[in-house]
Amino acid sequence: MDEQHQERWDVVVGEPRPWWHIEVREIWRYRDLLWLLVRRDLLAIYKQSLLGPLWQVLQPVLTAVAFAVVFGWLGRMADKGVPPVLFYLSAIVPWTFFANVVNRTSQTLIWNAALMTKVYFPRILSPLATTLSTAFSFLVQLAAFAALAVGYHATTDFAWHLDSGILMLPVLIALLTILAFGAGVLVSALTTRFRDLGFLLGFAIQLLMYVSPVIFPLDSLPPASGLRRVLEVNPMTPLIEGFRAALLGGGMDVPALWYPLLFACILLAVGTITFHRVQRSFADVI
Amino acid sequence: MSNGSVVISVEDLHKRYRLGTLDAGTIGDELSAWLARARGKGDPRAPIGEEQRVGDHFWALRGVNFQVNEGEVVGLIGRNGAGKSTLLKLLSRITTPTAGRLRMRGHVASLLEVGTGFHPELTGRENIYLNGAIMGMRRAEIARKLDEIVAFSGIEHHIDTPIKRYSTGMKVRLGFAVAAHLEPQILLVDEVLAVGDVAFQRKSMGRMRSVADSGRTVIFVSHNMFSVQSLCSRAIWLDQGRIRQDGPVAEVVRDHLAEHAVRTVERTWSMQDAPGTADLRLVGVRVKGSGGQDVFRTTDELVVELELQNLTIVDEDLNIQLIVHTENDVVAFVSDMTEVLGTALWHVGPNKVSCTIPPHLLNDGEHRLSLLFQRRANRHFREDHVLRFEVLEGPRRGAWFQKWVGAVRPKLRWQR
Repeated sequence: MDEQHQERWDVVVGEPRPWWHIEVREIWRYRDLLWLLVRRDLLAIYKQSLLGPLWQVLQPVLTAVAFAVVFGWLGRMADKGVPPVLFYLSAIVPWTFFANVVNRTSQTLIWNAALMTKVYFPRILSPLATTLSTAFSFLVQLAAFAALAVGYHATTDFAWHLDSGILMLPVLIALLTILAFGAGVLVSALTTRFRDLGFLLGFAIQLLMYVSPVIFPLDSLPPASGLRRVLEVNPMTPLIEGFRAALLGGGMDVPALWYPLLFACILLAVGTITFHRVQRSFADVI
Repeated sequence: MSNGSVVISVEDLHKRYRLGTLDAGTIGDELSAWLARARGKGDPRAPIGEEQRVGDHFWALRGVNFQVNEGEVVGLIGRNGAGKSTLLKLLSRITTPTAGRLRMRGHVASLLEVGTGFHPELTGRENIYLNGAIMGMRRAEIARKLDEIVAFSGIEHHIDTPIKRYSTGMKVRLGFAVAAHLEPQILLVDEVLAVGDVAFQRKSMGRMRSVADSGRTVIFVSHNMFSVQSLCSRAIWLDQGRIRQDGPVAEVVRDHLAEHAVRTVERTWSMQDAPGTADLRLVGVRVKGSGGQDVFRTTDELVVELELQNLTIVDEDLNIQLIVHTENDVVAFVSDMTEVLGTALWHVGPNKVSCTIPPHLLNDGEHRLSLLFQRRANRHFREDHVLRFEVLEGPRRGAWFQKWVGAVRPKLRWQR
């Protein structure tokens, strides 16, 4: 009886155990902290200035307007009578989410260094909270897109017709979140060892956007062109195309989503395993 | 108080840190380090020898074993770098051991600082929730204790103000109010927690005592033997990453202090080895308490005695300066012999000279003594760090248990 009692430990360190076992249980145990960290991020963004929440919405809209002006002047790329601003915005909103999650989670451990060196909590909460708070801004931006689309529908001859593609929206959001979280967590584990990775990262994400269909739809490129092949390798391509189809109506290529799904799963696994390995010594390095 | 069930079990715990530039961590650094290793410059993860420092690695802990029963209040003592903080960090799971096993039962809370994770933009109330959750409290638990916490902090009127408008003292009070309402089964406390004013210190020590009295397990890290003795029943003495002694607090503290007492309080030399020059040799130096004792307290009067061999015929230009260094090699003060004695004739053969350090001048801690011999205001010779001794805390009034700040600790005259 007493022997059995002796074997019930709440904390065990230094014994090999399946990592997912610990991780999932610990995240559940600390779910209140996760929620409070998300809340802290959001309050910090939205309290700092009056423009805070507005800026969250204005930023992608202004980018879409800029794209519409610049590319409209270079030559029309938007199709099917969709207002250029809506056309660009439908891709910029998911793209911004992806870029923000990767950028912010890669810094999250360094931002939270003061916490990490003073107290224990499952370290994965830090990138997880960042992803969730960024997801909140993303949902706000999606709502802004809808408002804008309704506005165009009411005031111009543009007809906003959604088809069954919109039902795929939750799937697309889930895929995008997993992909972004996996990439972000991998990079954040690496940035604790290589601080200079942060500078490279911003640049890499910028480059990645130009080889995605944010600016031009995939089918505007000739089938055998080199650029098209590069775009097809980018796992973000089917996702961006999917978002555009879901938000603007017009045939969604559902089978094409297998590629980003596979990619997201691999990235998630590699990211969390790397993170789990590195997290042991975060406090010694940061 | 202790019912015999083990709540902390530490087995063969090792912790290795990397030293030097490898931590800087840029890809460039890492590449060059990798290249160096690839060229066969030796594996930095060499097996543990008797040395704490192996290559660019430092073994902060090397094989620590102990168990703590429920309800025990254990003090971790040892000098700087002995591994106390590292052990506390491992117990609080801030970092993980390089080798060995650590098991604990029950909710563990560590107080390495107060107000961890406070966000300046959030209000006092929001920060209570955040800080409480970071310390491992459930949201419902915080909500239940919120009124109590707010009342304890004494800042009811500003509780909905962003804490960037708080003074440092208010933030500390708020942080401590949350910490005071933790109800862990195991509490890990670093003495650095004891910051703030005396009233706050008294509050925090009082709180720790009540936690200890309520049958919870406490691990307390401190430099201050007085507070360890007043709080703990058992002490673990760490020395160079290993447990030197583990037992009843009175015994361990006594032996720990005794070791400090047997530092170099006296040195003598034969004429052949004596430091000095052809015409003057230092053959003996000692420091002792005015009562002859060799354990010193801040309240003691100390006497430094020098024995010199003068080899010249007549010497009236000689001056001696006594230089007292504190732990960090800061010069606490210099005392000049001729300033007091004037110039006097030294006869050939042995000469004795002594200098009295009044009570309430030295601060507690390790001190080193250097001697400078001058002739005609020029340096004749100098003997650095000729003695080393520890000055212990005298009895203190009040509840201030922190290290007393300052190179010296004079008791000055106050009038009103």
